[in-house]
Amino acid sequence: MDLDHAALTEGVYYILLSLYQPRHGYAIMQNISALSGSRVNLGPGTLYGALNTLLEKRWIESLPGQSAGRKKEYRITAQGKAAVEAELVRLRELIKNGQHITEAESI
Amino acid sequence: MKQIIRKAYYDYEKEEAWLNGMAAKGLLLTDYSWCRYAFEEGTPGAYIYRIELLEHAPTHAESRNYLEFLEESGIDIVAYYMRWVYLRKKAADGPFDLFSDAASRMRHYRRVNFLFSGAAIVEFLIALMELSIWLTALRTGNAHLGFAPLGAACLLAALGVLLLSIGRPMRKKLRKLKQERSIFE
Repeated sequence: MDLDHAALTEGVYYILLSLYQPRHGYAIMQNISALSGSRVNLGPGTLYGALNTLLEKRWIESLPGQSAGRKKEYRITAQGKAAVEAELVRLRELIKNGQHITEAESI
Repeated sequence: MKQIIRKAYYDYEKEEAWLNGMAAKGLLLTDYSWCRYAFEEGTPGAYIYRIELLEHAPTHAESRNYLEFLEESGIDIVAYYMRWVYLRKKAADGPFDLFSDAASRMRHYRRVNFLFSGAAIVEFLIALMELSIWLTALRTGNAHLGFAPLGAACLLAALGVLLLSIGRPMRKKLRKLKQERSIFE
C-alpha cells in the first residue's frame, strides 16, 4: 500500500490541526475535544504515541529553548501542513461523492 | 480511614471496573502491591481509575517521560507494581481512557498478552528440558533421579497452561478489535 496517499487517523488529523499554533499535550487534548464538540476525546496514551511518531516523521517539532519544568510544546512543520492539505483533498473527494450519490437517491 | 482488601485479578479490565465501582462508593485506591489494595474514604465518584502495563520498567527513561506526560495531563499516578501502573483522573475533568483508537488499544492488549504467554513459553521450555533429563536418565539406567524430573516437567507444563489461559481474555479482545478494524478506524 502506498502510505503517502493513505487516510490519516482522526486523532492524527486533529492533532496536526491543533498544532497550527504551539500547544503542549494537555492543551492538544482539550482543543480536540472542543473542536469536535466532545465527540473525539483523545486518550493520553494514544496521544503520546502519536506525538512521538509525528516527531519522527518530522510532521511536527518540539519548540526549542524550553526551560526544565515547563511543559513541552509542539508545533506543526511545513511537511505536516502538506499532509493536512493532502488529507483535505481526500476528504473533499469523499464528501463530494457521498453527497452526489445520496442526494441523487433522495430526489 | 484506611481499608485493606486482598483480592486477585487476572483480567486487568475487570480489576479496573472493580476499582471504579469502589471509587463510586467513595473508596479510593491509594496503594497497591501484590494482591493487596489500600483504600481511603473520599468523595464518591470523584475519580476514574485506569491500569496500564508499561513497555519498560517505571524507572526507565522512556517510562519516566511518559509518566511525566500523564501527570501534565492532570492524571495522578496512584501506585506502581512491577511494570503495572495504577492511574486516576478527576471525573469532573471529563472522560478518562488511556487509549482512544483501535491501533493503540491493540498494542496494549498485545503487551499484556505477551507478559503471560511469554512466561508460559519459558515454563514449557524448562518443562521440555526436565523431560529430556528424565528420558536420558531412563535410557542410561541412571535411576537415582527417579521420577523427580518428570514430576517437575508436569508441574511446569501445568503452570504454562495456567499462564496461557490467563492471557485468553486479552487474545479474545484482540481478535474482536482486529475484526472491527476491517470496517472502522
